[in-house]
Amino acid sequence: VENVRLVDRLSSRKASVGTLYLTATHVIFVENSSETRKETWVLHSQISSIEKQATTATGCPLLIRCKNFQVIQLVIPQERDCHDVYISLIRLARPVKYEELYCFSFNPKLDKEEREKGWKLVDLNEEYNRMGVPNNYWQISDVNRDYGVCDSYPMEVYVPKSATAHIIVGSSKFRSRRRFPALSYYCKDNNASICRSSQPLSGFSARCLEDEQMLQAIRKANPGSDFLYVVDTRPKLNAMANRAAGKGYENEDNYSNIKFQFIGIENIHVMRSSLQKMLEVCEMKSPSMSDFLWGLENSGWLKHIKAIMDAGIFIAKAVAEEGVSVLVHCSDGWDRTAQVCSVASLLLDPHYRTMKGFMVLIEKDWVSFGHKFNHRYGNLDGDPKEISPVIDQFIECVWQLMEQFPCAFEFNERFLIHIQHHIYSCQFGNFLCNSQKERRELKVQERTYSLWAHLWKNRADYLNPLYRSEHSQTRGTLHPQMAPCNFLYKFWSGMYNRFEKGLHPRQSVIDYLMAVKEETQQLEEELIVLEERLANLQKLQLNGNKVKSKQQDRSKELVLSASNNSIANTPQEYSIDLKSFPSRSPSQGDEEDSALILTQDNLKSSDPDLSANSDQESGVEDLSCRSPSGGGCLPSEDSGKDSDEAVCLAV
Amino acid sequence: MEFAELIKTPRADNAVLHRPFHPAVEGTLCLTGHHLIFSSRRRDNVEELWLLHSNIDSIEKRFVGSLGTIVIKCKDLRIIQLDIPGMEECLNIASSIEALSTLDSVTLMYPFFYRPMFEIVEDGWCAFLPDEEFELLSSVTDEWRLSCVNKDFSVCPSYPPVVIVPKSIDDEALQKVAMFRHGGRFPVLSYYHKKNSMVMMRSSQPLTGTNGRRCKEDEKLINATLRPGKRGYIIDTRSLNVAQQARAKGGGFEQEVCYPQWRRIHKCIDRFNILQESLIKLVEACNDQSHNMDRWLSKLEASNWLTHIKEILTAACLAAQCIDREGASVLVHGTEGTDSTLQVTSLAQIILDPRCRTIRGFESLIVREWLQGGHPFQQRCAQSAYSNSKQKWEAPVFLLFLDCVWQILHQFPCSFEFNEHFLVTLFEHAYASQFGTFLGNNENERCKLKLSQKTMSLWSWVNQPEELNNFKNPLFEANSLVIWPSVAPQSLQLWEGVFLRWNRPSKFRDEAREEMNKIIDYNRLLQEKVNSMRKRLAQLETRDRVQENL
Repeated sequence: VENVRLVDRLSSRKASVGTLYLTATHVIFVENSSETRKETWVLHSQISSIEKQATTATGCPLLIRCKNFQVIQLVIPQERDCHDVYISLIRLARPVKYEELYCFSFNPKLDKEEREKGWKLVDLNEEYNRMGVPNNYWQISDVNRDYGVCDSYPMEVYVPKSATAHIIVGSSKFRSRRRFPALSYYCKDNNASICRSSQPLSGFSARCLEDEQMLQAIRKANPGSDFLYVVDTRPKLNAMANRAAGKGYENEDNYSNIKFQFIGIENIHVMRSSLQKMLEVCEMKSPSMSDFLWGLENSGWLKHIKAIMDAGIFIAKAVAEEGVSVLVHCSDGWDRTAQVCSVASLLLDPHYRTMKGFMVLIEKDWVSFGHKFNHRYGNLDGDPKEISPVIDQFIECVWQLMEQFPCAFEFNERFLIHIQHHIYSCQFGNFLCNSQKERRELKVQERTYSLWAHLWKNRADYLNPLYRSEHSQTRGTLHPQMAPCNFLYKFWSGMYNRFEKGLHPRQSVIDYLMAVKEETQQLEEELIVLEERLANLQKLQLNGNKVKSKQQDRSKELVLSASNNSIANTPQEYSIDLKSFPSRSPSQGDEEDSALILTQDNLKSSDPDLSANSDQESGVEDLSCRSPSGGGCLPSEDSGKDSDEAVCLAV
Repeated sequence: MEFAELIKTPRADNAVLHRPFHPAVEGTLCLTGHHLIFSSRRRDNVEELWLLHSNIDSIEKRFVGSLGTIVIKCKDLRIIQLDIPGMEECLNIASSIEALSTLDSVTLMYPFFYRPMFEIVEDGWCAFLPDEEFELLSSVTDEWRLSCVNKDFSVCPSYPPVVIVPKSIDDEALQKVAMFRHGGRFPVLSYYHKKNSMVMMRSSQPLTGTNGRRCKEDEKLINATLRPGKRGYIIDTRSLNVAQQARAKGGGFEQEVCYPQWRRIHKCIDRFNILQESLIKLVEACNDQSHNMDRWLSKLEASNWLTHIKEILTAACLAAQCIDREGASVLVHGTEGTDSTLQVTSLAQIILDPRCRTIRGFESLIVREWLQGGHPFQQRCAQSAYSNSKQKWEAPVFLLFLDCVWQILHQFPCSFEFNEHFLVTLFEHAYASQFGTFLGNNENERCKLKLSQKTMSLWSWVNQPEELNNFKNPLFEANSLVIWPSVAPQSLQLWEGVFLRWNRPSKFRDEAREEMNKIIDYNRLLQEKVNSMRKRLAQLETRDRVQENL
């Protein structure tokens, strides 16, 4: 479709005209503007909703909201075209078969061997070995071979040595979806562990001997402690309601030596609507500070993030400081439990704060333990009530921690954002399906590529320049503060307003430091070369006819690249008053005319990408273009009474 | 010495000091005329806390048995607690601190007693003279002149003796204009934009009153700043409503009829007690140890602090935009022209002028716009967030300005020569200091107090090379462009460095800063090494060549 306008959401004045293409996998918008030909690509799998709005004089607006929080507003001249695009996108954005997903057609031109190597980058067995299991207390159980006991669990599960197959199977029958207690994290130093499961089918009074034995076995696998924490991550009310359905929570009287604890994290439905509310706040056009803060509070989003973090902090404390093992569950044990276990692991073990370790963590607590990626992130067309930003919240928790502990993580914000993007993109096979079993059946590893290999290949982009493996922040457990006045939970505009570059800091400290580090490395190399040459020269002394190498200019280039980050300096709309001047010109006749002036204005209104190099130029350009439309800078005609005028101005 | 009379108990042993995120320490408390000193000697290390009495905002005492506790809340927002055994000692100490922290005579303040331990390389009192500023200006334009019409402060008590005005306006006219402007603050040059030779001026409100008085000289003066055929903007920092109401009290605004070449824009920036209330509420929110997220956010919102930040920044951006993008001259004023006006003019300069983003340039900006510009520091910064006095003239105007600068710094972390610590230091010294810089309400008062002879300037201390290092931003790379900050709520943040400074462990941030310095220092070191190595190589090579040729 041609002559489509892409509207900038923040300032309605900015829009670019271009052509819209639909391919089998992407929506592509190419700008007409000859110098830039800027392209916007959107994967169909990223589309979360499409909205066709009422046709206006300029065309038919189409609003596309993406799962990576991009919002694209298009205006298509013909209503019919708009409808066609709308219908096609609705179909394309909701694939019904896995085979339709991008990862099955995506080919990064790697051979079979490389693909296999990519999938082997993250090896969970290796990870459990690193933790120190199997050992005297823990072993691999083959009870779930062929997914016979629990189809959403991995094939290989670590359980206490004293838990026999009989106990495990018995316990699994007493747990929702048979998700019996299994090891998530083991702390070598004090034998304390984090185990995970689903809720027990206790109802009001039911008991299960094997389940009680199972918990006993977990407690005994930590000889240093005489009790076990059982953490139910749900609000107490929710857990009690579950009892009526024959589910519920552990009765402290039935299980010996457990301490039971509720941590109120809300369910997926609450989280979904919370995100929805927060995104509405993000989408507001020029909100006031109060609108924004009130909206943020009202969405409850940060409250939920804090609840997850607090749960993680509680567990990490229990394990690291008290040396007590913890069993974590929620209802099915695949959402809140995954969040909480992974936050706790991240706090406890510096390994998970490295790039590789973080991949392992997601693979361990999310992928292998059957987090329902397909349902939660709507990869295939499904029940919209199953969709919820569960892993997004975990990723945000990590970001909040990064803000508090700037040297503690090997990776940077970009790493998190790219992982979030690919959880929805379906470009790689890692997050397909709802369980390991489904992925094996689909032969994901043979037919698609692994995201981890892709990220690992580009790891230089994801490094946190402040990270040093020997730094004190990178060692040991992190102890975040809990009150909001001690641990400032911030709105993550880098994620939720990701595509509104104008809102972000215009210069990135991380990028700057990365450039400096790169230059440092090259300087180091050059120093070695220079030292060698100097030594040679001194040795030979005779014929110094060696021409200077070209290395001289090298570092100069680098300095330049480092300073390149003075990005686009353009004012945003500080005052509606000012902007309204051109359209308030004498020629303000009929609608169309003033609209025309507006678009003219749009075209030259300094686009960030255009004015990148010279602020001066863009300023001048701005001026000269303005005059024909308004006939001078300031239209004066309409100054009637004083008060009147001011009212007009404020409109 | 009269201080001795105020100090009933100069010393208390076995006192215990409590601070957040520090273990309690036992030690000796001493009171001197200007300081509260707490020192503890534990085997190997001596820990001392020196607190200026003038930094104390409020003091509370309570007793449990004979153990007294004094809670001291400081103007820099820190809260410390001292346990003092003995009811009488505790009462004595509390009342002494109270008396010493509320001395009403300026000449009893510490700056008049402070003797620096460092050698003065450059006297800060003479570092930023108007003549130098004018010299810079004269190198690019000859349309302005220095006027000494106010040399004895008779025309405008809150202006400095020397101001920059259009060349075509003589002193006689200035005197007439001064009669027409609130407090005599006639329009003066605030900033000259070299790029397009547009200017920003500031003044106070015109005294039009209800019957629309006008002043030909005033019109002539501000029109003198316009290019032929061009128009200008008047940014009034009050809402239209407030401006209209001001007419009843003899004030007012420029009527369109009398100033046809000017377009007026009203950008409301709050004043006085509204700002003070806002600060009090914000600090209360920041000290709330509750774990409840909703409460935190709603308190943050209710404080309105960030709303003020957004308003001020928006007005400043608008002024800058008029000058740089619209190519128009700008006049900024509110009512008195000593508060919101200065916020707008100084922030606009930071946006427009790269020089203001250097340490020296920023100091010069503060001297020009705030100190010589007649911001009443002594009144505004008399008390901070914990005081119950609630005087009408107290307001965190300067702190808001610093916060706005921090917001821009946060968005352009590589464009400023100074770092956050520099801004925090200025905040501290504006409220309590050993230096005389921020004493008095205007140059007139400072002259009378003979501050430049009797006290030390803050700049004398700051500008020593070894001190400057602490204020330098390692990421700085001169950026000659205009920098346009975002004023969207998503882009504005709570200034943790001031408001949460005492409520969170600073260790991790400090470590990050250290790490940053390390990375950059190492890079510089390598660069130097490589350069010197190259030089040596080049020398050797040419020598060889010379030898060869021989």
